[in-house]
Amino acid sequence: MTASEDAVESKGRGRSWRDVDLRAVAPFAALALLLIVGALVNPNFIGITNLANVATRSAFIAIVAVGATFVISSGDLDLSVGSMVAFVASIMILFMNSGAIADPSLMLTAAIALTIVIGAGCGLLNGLITTVGKIEPFIATLGTMGIYRGLTTWLSQGGAITLREPELQTLYRPAYFGTLFGVPIPIVVIFAVTIVAAFVLYRTRYGRHVVAVGSNSDVARYSGIPVNRVRTIAFVIQGLCVAIAVLLYVPRLGSTSATTGILWELQAITAVVVGGTALKGGAGRVWGTICGAFILELVGNIMLLSNFISEYLIGAIQGAIIIIAMLVQRSLVRKS
Amino acid sequence: MNPDAADGAPVVLSARRISKSFNGVQVLFSVNFELRAGEIHALMGENGAGKSTLVKILSGFEQPTSGEILLDGKSVKLPPNGQAEHLGIVIIHQEFNLAEHLTVTESLFLGREVTRFGVLDRKFMRAETRRVLDQLGSHVDENAMISSLSIADKQMVEIAKAISRDARIIFMDEPTAVLSREETNYLFRQVRKLRENGTSFVFVSHKLDEVMELTDRVTVLRDGQWVKTAPTSILDGESIAQLMVGRELSSLYPGKQEPSIDEEVTLAVAGLTTHYVQDASFEVRKGEILGFSGLIGSGRTELMEAVAGLRSRASGEVTVRGESVPAGDVHAANRVGIAYMTKDRKHKGLLLNSRMTANLTLQSLGKHGQYGYLSPKSEAESLERARRRFDIRVRDGRVVAGRMSGGNQQKLLLAKVMETEPDVIIIDEPTRGIDVGTKQQIYHFISALARDGKSIIVVSSEMPEIIGLCTRVAVMREGRIVGILEGEEISEQEIMRYSAGLKKKTAA
Repeated sequence: MTASEDAVESKGRGRSWRDVDLRAVAPFAALALLLIVGALVNPNFIGITNLANVATRSAFIAIVAVGATFVISSGDLDLSVGSMVAFVASIMILFMNSGAIADPSLMLTAAIALTIVIGAGCGLLNGLITTVGKIEPFIATLGTMGIYRGLTTWLSQGGAITLREPELQTLYRPAYFGTLFGVPIPIVVIFAVTIVAAFVLYRTRYGRHVVAVGSNSDVARYSGIPVNRVRTIAFVIQGLCVAIAVLLYVPRLGSTSATTGILWELQAITAVVVGGTALKGGAGRVWGTICGAFILELVGNIMLLSNFISEYLIGAIQGAIIIIAMLVQRSLVRKS
Repeated sequence: MNPDAADGAPVVLSARRISKSFNGVQVLFSVNFELRAGEIHALMGENGAGKSTLVKILSGFEQPTSGEILLDGKSVKLPPNGQAEHLGIVIIHQEFNLAEHLTVTESLFLGREVTRFGVLDRKFMRAETRRVLDQLGSHVDENAMISSLSIADKQMVEIAKAISRDARIIFMDEPTAVLSREETNYLFRQVRKLRENGTSFVFVSHKLDEVMELTDRVTVLRDGQWVKTAPTSILDGESIAQLMVGRELSSLYPGKQEPSIDEEVTLAVAGLTTHYVQDASFEVRKGEILGFSGLIGSGRTELMEAVAGLRSRASGEVTVRGESVPAGDVHAANRVGIAYMTKDRKHKGLLLNSRMTANLTLQSLGKHGQYGYLSPKSEAESLERARRRFDIRVRDGRVVAGRMSGGNQQKLLLAKVMETEPDVIIIDEPTRGIDVGTKQQIYHFISALARDGKSIIVVSSEMPEIIGLCTRVAVMREGRIVGILEGEEISEQEIMRYSAGLKKKTAA
């Protein structure tokens, strides 16, 4: 609530402040507030090491959520992303275990290419079922969620799929644990993905089409926008983001199982909504989404570092966050 | 209540010194208004004059910033969100408040379902709905789904709903905008009957002739200020228009300019057939304004959407300067130079939550950068040009379209369509729900476009508009073009004869 009050106060300051969209500012205010609360709870919290750790751990959800921003902005929903992560990761590891290519670096390059193709393909399937099949995205992706999860369980025979080649492991490990100019690679990837996504959404024809389709598909159709193509491509972008998340996930543990990525779809949607994107479509906020993903991870981290709330309650707290975020959004809409 | 006594009739609802601001922008300035029992009171003014705001305040949907509302002489604070219905105050919105998936009967009894022993008494409710609809002279089936009804029928259901709720005070915001002349007559007859029973009406309309015909008194607002309240009988259309605009209106329509007979044919439609439209053929020449008249539901919009690629066609051919236009492809139609401007600007024309720029360039993003990139600078320049060219008047260029007045929205929509640089412009209902000043501007824009050599099709249910603008008029009836009138033939009576099916001739 304080976040909204801060924002409201700033409105009074001057003419130029009135133009600022409160919904865009609110998530960043909330993030700042969390950092302050965290610092008060435990002095170790605000250290660079801890914060870098938190950001690194949020990478999977953040990257998946960037894709979800496109799908949600275009007025659809993808529930299958968690299962898709598990499925795509399983395929990737199985391929690397197959020993089809002898040279490790060549093998890794091929595996990465395959992952991206499979991710995009899974997204395309979701998109086609929704648009060509004319099935509600909620139902369509509920179906593929079961399919991807089931295929993963079948591939792993109920157990785990583990990367066996030690050489590949050593080669691939830095993709998650390495750093670039001192910055952990996952954080670099988060920002790279977000910058590209923000450019596409705000500065290209396609991004404008996404927002138009999401806010009113009739207006989009009457303006000569190929509505179904725009929606399908959004699902493909979601698939690509899942693939990128998988590329970071596999070197971290070197293994997947039937329970990989469970409930990630809910975390991704939470990050998107907390970030200020309207769930009914029509307004996408990529940077807000990243902010939302950080908030989710920070809350967990604060709970771990403080002793007065059990960390087993993380799920409940994250659930509460999505509801509070919606209430704040609603009240901001009413005021503006 | 005897209508003759309306003069001395008690005041049921009045507003004293009502002011209202939104976000620090004042839209009403100390406005007075009073409504007597059994009167039909017209509320008039240009778009943005504050009519809708006053109506919302008088029906409880908005609270005044200052001032007082009296109901039956007692100061009241009207309950919000339509709960004023319980006090007998009903508002019939410009945008309908009907759930698409309910039947007509369910809509009428929504929120006050009649039960017998705790179970819905459907039989009673159906019979009651039929009774109200019959009373209105409406043919709507009480079991029909709302989604299956035409806009005119939905309007009738809204009115039936108000009547069935024993309303004492009914606000009607542009009730006839979507009605045919015949349906309007039905409505007026019913309104007069209700007036005799003491029901009071506030009638918001831009149609001066209807105001003259129906209402007892007129209140005119201009720029949020009360200008005049007077009996309708002492006013005429011209004087009301002057009160609204505050200046003399020169001729509403610019002079007609007929293109030469051997001018190039830009658009040719041959034997076009869709689901409903049968075998439509017509041609438009360069610099010509062709009108399409007909009753609501005669297939005009469907035909135009098929021409513009928004609807698939069963057979027939559309060519622009001899180049064939593929069916059902909006983009291809845009490319050869056909642009269709929808009559439903709020649902099909503009993104109400987006700013003017996003709306303006939506159909023509390809102009603003290569390889999918959009240049903010180029878009801003387009907006600047469009604002000047079409005189779009807003205080803040970053306002979202939904906050703009109807007239400005219509200008923005026209600007958006013109951004595609079309040669053939199909304008469906060019002036629906906009004030007389903006109407005049739009007519001049249309005429100027024709002089620039564009081919224009105007689809309109307002006959004066068709007659005032067009050099040829096609009349449609039940999905067919029943006649194309030229020169002296273009008159209200003649168009009516064709659209009512009394006269017919094959396409010229």
